[in-house]
Amino acid sequence: MTPKIVAVKATKRYPSKAGMVTALEGFDLEVAEGEFVCLVGPSGCGKSTFLRILAGLDDLTAGEARIVPGADPRRPLNNVVFQEYAVFPWKTVRDNVAFGLQMRGLGKAERYAVVERWLSKVGLKRFADYYPSQISGGMKQRVSIARALANDPEVLLMDEPLGALDAQTRAVLQEELLRIWEETHKTVLYVTHSIEEAVLLGDRVVLMTAHPGTKKSEFVVDLPRPRDLATTATPEFAALTGAIWEDLRDEVRRAMEAQA
Amino acid sequence: MSAGPTAGRGAGAWLTPLVVLAALLAAAGLLGLWRSWWWALLGAGFVLVVLAAEGASRRLPFRFQTPFERALAWLFPLLVLAAWEWLSTSGVLNPRWFPPPSRILGALWDLTINYDRFSGTSLVGRPWLIPARLAEQGWPGVVALFNESHVWATLSRVIIGFALGAVPALLVGMVMGLNRTVRTMLDSTMSAIYVLPKIAIFPILMLVFPDPFGEGPKVTVVAISAFFLVALSTMAGVQGIDKVLLQAGRNFGANRWQMLRHVILPGALPIVFNGLRLALGTALIVIVAVEFVRAKTGVGYLVYYHWQVLGTPKMYAALLVVMVLGVGLTALLQLVERLAMPWRR
Repeated sequence: MTPKIVAVKATKRYPSKAGMVTALEGFDLEVAEGEFVCLVGPSGCGKSTFLRILAGLDDLTAGEARIVPGADPRRPLNNVVFQEYAVFPWKTVRDNVAFGLQMRGLGKAERYAVVERWLSKVGLKRFADYYPSQISGGMKQRVSIARALANDPEVLLMDEPLGALDAQTRAVLQEELLRIWEETHKTVLYVTHSIEEAVLLGDRVVLMTAHPGTKKSEFVVDLPRPRDLATTATPEFAALTGAIWEDLRDEVRRAMEAQA
Repeated sequence: MSAGPTAGRGAGAWLTPLVVLAALLAAAGLLGLWRSWWWALLGAGFVLVVLAAEGASRRLPFRFQTPFERALAWLFPLLVLAAWEWLSTSGVLNPRWFPPPSRILGALWDLTINYDRFSGTSLVGRPWLIPARLAEQGWPGVVALFNESHVWATLSRVIIGFALGAVPALLVGMVMGLNRTVRTMLDSTMSAIYVLPKIAIFPILMLVFPDPFGEGPKVTVVAISAFFLVALSTMAGVQGIDKVLLQAGRNFGANRWQMLRHVILPGALPIVFNGLRLALGTALIVIVAVEFVRAKTGVGYLVYYHWQVLGTPKMYAALLVVMVLGVGLTALLQLVERLAMPWRR
């Protein structure tokens, strides 16, 4: 399979009052087309930094991190689903979802046709004319996800997208994500601090260490698809999350001590 | 549980304070306590009225709560006016300084319908004469009516000055918010000038303009007052936009113009309107102050003139007009705000 995301010795340092901080050090990653890869690690391990670099919102200090362009040059390389939703309060749900298409210069009728499809996929059709302040956090994140998918990027970058939601809403959205991914088989890089979420959603889980952020180990998730929340009750799921936690525990402890 | 005792206690809750209030006021009147103890009686009266209103509110069914609160908001000022009227006519308040509201309203009516031959002015420009003037003298006659109006004089100074100040301020504030270099260069200077009362530079403006007593310095001082408020709040509005929204805009491929149009402008708008509202209020303050000292027209002039000739009812009437102008202009701006930001309700 062709790689869609390639990172070779990706390194990010930035100056701070305490001197140079190394957020990312010699990080290697390859994500194949159509693969769902989850980055997991303690806070401060540089997983979000790496995602922001891929998104073009931040620069690398050394090394390489890129998304391999596809055959269609007009297709955007990536779009981000932010933890803070980042939906525009001054645009209706419909116009938020249409945002990327509008920026690319698509006409109103054209982009609304695409938007309508995505709105019904994420169950927001009834709320198309609502403003974000009128809908819940879970719905705002649905808007954000639909906005990214409607723009049809080569790669979907998700930065702890469900981190700000309550447990029930998170579970519902996890199932929705699984369902949507089954339909689209998009290349996804998904940053999370939840091992369970990573195993439930991903084809592969990459563990990162903190200070400096680099790859520690990786696990292939061979649980059969399609998955849903029932998958989390299987012994295979428990065995895998247990193994990952074994590997990560010392890392989290060390990261906590470093922050104290 | 029976309804009887509940209702009885409820009635007591609002009736008792009123009875106490009436008894207190009557006793104070009989004993002649008003002159030296008016402030204590006023305070006690207010507390009792609040207690009565709260008692009544608790007894009302839920669906009457909103109408009751609305009525309260209207009735209380009327009560204050009634109290003022009574205190003033009974001589507790000196009617020379605090004429009863009825006389102030009469003065306002006088100012409205009458034309002052001596100064060649009227309060609102006698709009009922417009058809006749139009027939006799054509448009110049109508313009003359506008020119004799104090309200129009003040209003035009405020609106023209406000527009001349606010429009460039929006541009400058936007650039300051977006460009770090420009911001560092201008911020300290602007903040320093911002705290200066703009009325203090009015003398300089009078020197700068060829006609020191004309409209130029007056409009300019309003424009300058509005400028700094609007520029600094526009800057704050642009800087205050959630960074993640800017990142989302960029990530979804917005170019510079699209960022401005779809992200930065709407994102800054709430704080920009805050600044506009403050600037409008300041503009009114400044223009009234300027009209106190250097004008032959305008509502501020009217206040000052009637103070000089000790025509206090007309002075209060002019103050009332200033209030109406302030409320009206603010309401107009709020309307624009609602139309410009349909997502905030």
